[in-house]
Amino acid sequence: MKLELRGITKSFGPLVANDHIDLVIEPGQIHALLGENGAGKSTLMNVLFGLYQADSGEILLDDVERAFRGPGDALAAGIGMVHQHFMLVPVFTVAENVMLGHEDTKAGGFLDLEAARKRVRELSARFGFGLDPDAVVEDLPVGVQQRVEIVKALAREAKVLILDEPTAVLTPQETDELIEIMRQLRESGTSIVFITHKLREVKAVADVITVIRRGAVVGNAEPTASESELASLMVGRAVSLGLDKAPPQRGEETFVVTDLTVLAPNGQAVVDRVSFSVAQGEILAVAGVQGNGQTELTEAILGLLPSAEGSISLHGQELRGLTPDAALEAGIGFVPEDRKVDGLVLDFSVAENLVLDLYDKPPYAKGIGLDLGAIRRNAEQRIAEFDIRTQGPGQEVGRLSGGNQQKVVLARELSRPLKLFIASQPTRGVDVGSIEFLHRRIVQERDNGTPVIIVSTELDEVVELADRIAVMYRGGIVGVVPPTTSREVLGLMMAGVPHDEAIAQVHDQTDTTGATQ
Amino acid sequence: MTAMAAPATQVATVTAARSWKLPITLGVFGLLSFVLFGLLGPAGSVTTFGISTGADLLQFDPVAVPTRATAIVLSVLCLLLAGYAYVRVRADQPVGRWVLAVFGVLWVLTFLVWAVADKSTSIVSLLQGSLLLAVPLAFGALGGLLNERAGVVNIAIEGQLLTGAFGAAVLASVVGNAYIGLIAAPIAGLLIGAMLALFTVKYHVNQIIVGVVLNVFAVGLTSFLFSSVLKNDAATLNTPPRLPTLPIPLLSEIPIIGPVLFRQSIIVYLLYVAVIVISIALFRTKWGLRVRSVGEYPQAADTVGIDVNRTRWRNVLLGSMVAGLGGAFFTIGSVGAFGQEMTAGKGYIALAAMILGRWTPWGALGAALLFGFADKLQQVLGVLETPIPNQFMLMLPYVVTIFAVAGLVGRVRGPAAAGQPYVKG
Amino acid sequence: MTDQQPAPPPTGEPAPEPAGAAKPHPEGAESARWAATFREITTGPFGVTVLAFVLALVIGGLLIIVTDPDVTAAASYLFAKPADFFGAAWTAVSEAYAAMFRGAVYNYDAPTFARGIRSLTETMTVSTPLIIAALGVAVGFRAGMFNIGAQGQVIMGAAIGGYVGFAWNLPPVLHLLLALLGGILAGGFWAGIAGFLKARTGAHEVIVTIMLNYVALYLVAWFLTTSAFTRPGSNQPKSPGVKDTAQLPLLLGDQFRLNAGFLVAILAAVFVWWLMTRSTWGFRFRAVGSNQQAARTAGMGVASSFVLVMVVSGALAGLAGAVQILGTEKALTGGIAGSIGFDAITVALLGRSKPLGIFFAGLLYAGLNVGGRAMEASTGTSINIVLVIQSLVVLFIAAPPLVRAIFRLPAPNPVVMKGVSA
Repeated sequence: MKLELRGITKSFGPLVANDHIDLVIEPGQIHALLGENGAGKSTLMNVLFGLYQADSGEILLDDVERAFRGPGDALAAGIGMVHQHFMLVPVFTVAENVMLGHEDTKAGGFLDLEAARKRVRELSARFGFGLDPDAVVEDLPVGVQQRVEIVKALAREAKVLILDEPTAVLTPQETDELIEIMRQLRESGTSIVFITHKLREVKAVADVITVIRRGAVVGNAEPTASESELASLMVGRAVSLGLDKAPPQRGEETFVVTDLTVLAPNGQAVVDRVSFSVAQGEILAVAGVQGNGQTELTEAILGLLPSAEGSISLHGQELRGLTPDAALEAGIGFVPEDRKVDGLVLDFSVAENLVLDLYDKPPYAKGIGLDLGAIRRNAEQRIAEFDIRTQGPGQEVGRLSGGNQQKVVLARELSRPLKLFIASQPTRGVDVGSIEFLHRRIVQERDNGTPVIIVSTELDEVVELADRIAVMYRGGIVGVVPPTTSREVLGLMMAGVPHDEAIAQVHDQTDTTGATQ
Repeated sequence: MTAMAAPATQVATVTAARSWKLPITLGVFGLLSFVLFGLLGPAGSVTTFGISTGADLLQFDPVAVPTRATAIVLSVLCLLLAGYAYVRVRADQPVGRWVLAVFGVLWVLTFLVWAVADKSTSIVSLLQGSLLLAVPLAFGALGGLLNERAGVVNIAIEGQLLTGAFGAAVLASVVGNAYIGLIAAPIAGLLIGAMLALFTVKYHVNQIIVGVVLNVFAVGLTSFLFSSVLKNDAATLNTPPRLPTLPIPLLSEIPIIGPVLFRQSIIVYLLYVAVIVISIALFRTKWGLRVRSVGEYPQAADTVGIDVNRTRWRNVLLGSMVAGLGGAFFTIGSVGAFGQEMTAGKGYIALAAMILGRWTPWGALGAALLFGFADKLQQVLGVLETPIPNQFMLMLPYVVTIFAVAGLVGRVRGPAAAGQPYVKG
Repeated sequence: MTDQQPAPPPTGEPAPEPAGAAKPHPEGAESARWAATFREITTGPFGVTVLAFVLALVIGGLLIIVTDPDVTAAASYLFAKPADFFGAAWTAVSEAYAAMFRGAVYNYDAPTFARGIRSLTETMTVSTPLIIAALGVAVGFRAGMFNIGAQGQVIMGAAIGGYVGFAWNLPPVLHLLLALLGGILAGGFWAGIAGFLKARTGAHEVIVTIMLNYVALYLVAWFLTTSAFTRPGSNQPKSPGVKDTAQLPLLLGDQFRLNAGFLVAILAAVFVWWLMTRSTWGFRFRAVGSNQQAARTAGMGVASSFVLVMVVSGALAGLAGAVQILGTEKALTGGIAGSIGFDAITVALLGRSKPLGIFFAGLLYAGLNVGGRAMEASTGTSINIVLVIQSLVVLFIAAPPLVRAIFRLPAPNPVVMKGVSA
């Protein structure tokens, strides 16, 4: 089936998310849609899937114009979508999720679960998914849930399959498997729209690449184009690879974690006997695929999660067992991975958010009264210092752009003398201009002599910032390596392969094949 | 390529923390009954239970038992159950839900034996009355769960019961036929349901607020109409006939069970039908699957082409009709005439029954029966002048519910999306 | 779907000004400003409140019309003499609302000013516990917690405050203060149960507070069967009278019931304003209410905040109960709280959870109640119409798009309705 989008425009208030986008997806093609976070890729696909109504423009299937009033219409027309956040009902079984919306029924509207199970088994067998139709989805790991999503789309005989950032939750090796699945699907005649911002994957699998920037198509590229070509198309200018930073002036190792273990509510160890240390004036970057215990590690350090055993020592002070309040008091600056959920109160003003963890201490508080003047002066100072683009200290933080919101969080956490600075995903969903600024501030904090821990799932960011890299896999640290380590080795380590073995494997591969890098 | 296992394909060996809550709770209650009702119970007293009604074919003599000895025996059985629960938990085995149920029955029986010491009460009329009092609670809870399963919190059950009671009384009175009231009641409940849906589904107003305010609205509207219209012509407008008792042949002659379950009016039989139908529809049909998906994860439902807000509208309306039907009980199902604010908070108990019944029709029925029983017991004990102040019996449903939501009687988990308006995108 | 949120533009620039607000046409500047002002008034929060009120009064009027015997009589020959019908309808509605005004604000038919203004003082008296309890509910709303249990807290506050008032013997001022404190503590404790259960077990405060309402009701009913709470030698469910030393003094002499409780209400409003906007507690309450996780990450105690919010909220409701018994009722009965606790929810919503708004909303609400009573006495229109009007006002206020649709008004610049949409 040939799918064509013509002049799709969609705005949200003053923001134009899609600006006259044209796109043609030929049958049996893998068409990559490449763009930064916030470029408008998902909006476009949601328009195509009928979740949003375009302000103008047309959708054509096999050269016939179609109007999708809702996802139901899109599904009926043979378009399936695997959303970045899985659209699976957690308490339903696999079979129930797959059948939802186009249920097999017996007479009288009764569900025919047997038919649904059979369908799941068939499709699962065809692609080697190994799905149990009666497993409850919330008990399944994310990788398996993604396969359920794919089966769900295939069960409806999707001719065009949209995959929205499907690799965000996968290890490089799982990603390879997904790429293999995508190829199989292409062979069976399914067209695939592959939305991503990861250049390597695009080059590995795409037949055609369309690059989107700020809501508009900025060009097409061949998969043979080099990564830096693609990158500069994507961000709009040649990206300077590599941050100018001085070599670290390593001081004393003041932050030491020993055998730290954190248990999930079900008793499983999500952080498993982790030990490492960070020196003053050094950045330790924690790399790994999302969901391998990085989040829990940082949250345990701050005391947000209780740790089962081990020790966390800062300047000789034991932090384990402290409340977040006490941990902050001990000199930790903490940038959580999701600023909108954990870092900011979105309907509070910029000024209020800038004192969110200091509001009850002098000079902002006198007894239990707030000193609004001091809070405002602080805000004015930080806004100037961090170049936060806002209408003023009183503006609601929720109305700022992602980059400026992140600057508010960093400004707050870096506004006091720190003994340890932890930042998770410091530039996720942030525009390129702000990324550089934020990175420079982080390095500056390092140069002040603060031990810094960065957690990032973006390998580029890890390599750029790190003085040392700790790779996490399934709650444990696979190894701590220098930033000069090759991406292939890092990728294998992110899949749990120890450093030495990873080096050996990379050697073997490059010897035998050119690899799909 | 080296195909590594996905990070979490490996199934975790789950060692869920043992919960000692159940054995401890059972043990404490068992000991309480052992000491209070057994050891400290009246010595030499006799408790008499009637087990037949005058209308039964087979007549049985009332059963008389020695109060203290019986209470001690029953308490020991309770403690044995507590001990069983302890053993199971220690061995990391699940404790069957039957344990709690059997324990509850035994415990209440112990209490009853103690409370009725030297007096006599009819078990049949106690159970019959419990079922009857449970009717509006069960209908209300069913109406509530139809809403919540689709993701709309229904605090307005109280208002739906009240308008249902009003509608049933007025129309049955005007037409002179009680069965007409059964048609009017759901329609009256629908009025509140439509407002609930309008404000919560269409205008995204907070569901709890709308529910609370709609209850005020229902009280205001029915009371206003009552005092400005019904009072002026009570003979025509507020003298409804009552639903007659319709004994089911044969079934109603079974000892004890017969008169309790099958010698009732049609509204009780409708309740049986409603529980069975809603239970099957919710868990066995396409409609039910879709409804539940909307209540759990509306975005997911939307992406497979289910119209979330339409589903919610439909369920809110349906639920309000079911609750409204339950309202008919207050007038044509029992006293006949409508009175101001006659539901007296029963809608909130129905809400509690829904939660305690874990959002399932059978559970809701069970919880409603429990609350109905507490209510009836309170009435019976009030007449018998037992040492327990009846205010404490009246409190019971509410206290039990607090314990339930606080997780002391097992965790309750409702539909995940209940309370959240669905806004696309 | 990370990159679909409409709010933040993908650029580093701040969100642009909404179109139209930035560049007024030079020639039509004056009229444009008027149009904008008009729109602001009619579509802004205040305008919606007024329109919602008008709408509710209209619907209430329609109900009065269709249930009025004279009107229904005239309706039977509507087509023969339509004027009779409309005349009767107008008479029914206008007389009812006029009687309401006389009862609530100023009775212009009264022989003396003092008798005329008594209406307003009654309204103020009745508004006193409403305002205080609504402030409590509002503290909860702004901290993201639904205290549906103000009723139970009012009952407990009245019971304990009253007990101190009638059972203890103390010197004047001290006695009053202790009685008020008793109410505060009782209400705070009662609501604290819900906060504690939420903090410890995650039990939803809506359910727990609803249930506690009934527990309180029956608990006090039981109190009133015990000798500690009843008059010696009486088995009536009514307590002895509150001693003079514990009564709130009258403000305007014996002719009027208005008492110092009204001043307590004003103080409470000022206190809540200070608490929520000028204190570290309020900062924490609001942060926890708006985003629990961010509050937790910033080192705030979320669980303790739940408890604290409920205690403050309940303490205010308990104070309302104490003021009611020490200032107005003077003796404890099972019906001491009337529907103060439930009305407080509506008042808090009507006042948009802001102290000043609640002050006026409480007066409005009390005016409707007091006026409704006068209306019932004078025109026979049932006071229950007031409940209909009150509930409709709140519903309409909570759904501005509905009000605008009914009046065919344009949509305004987005208004965030805190408290109502919390």
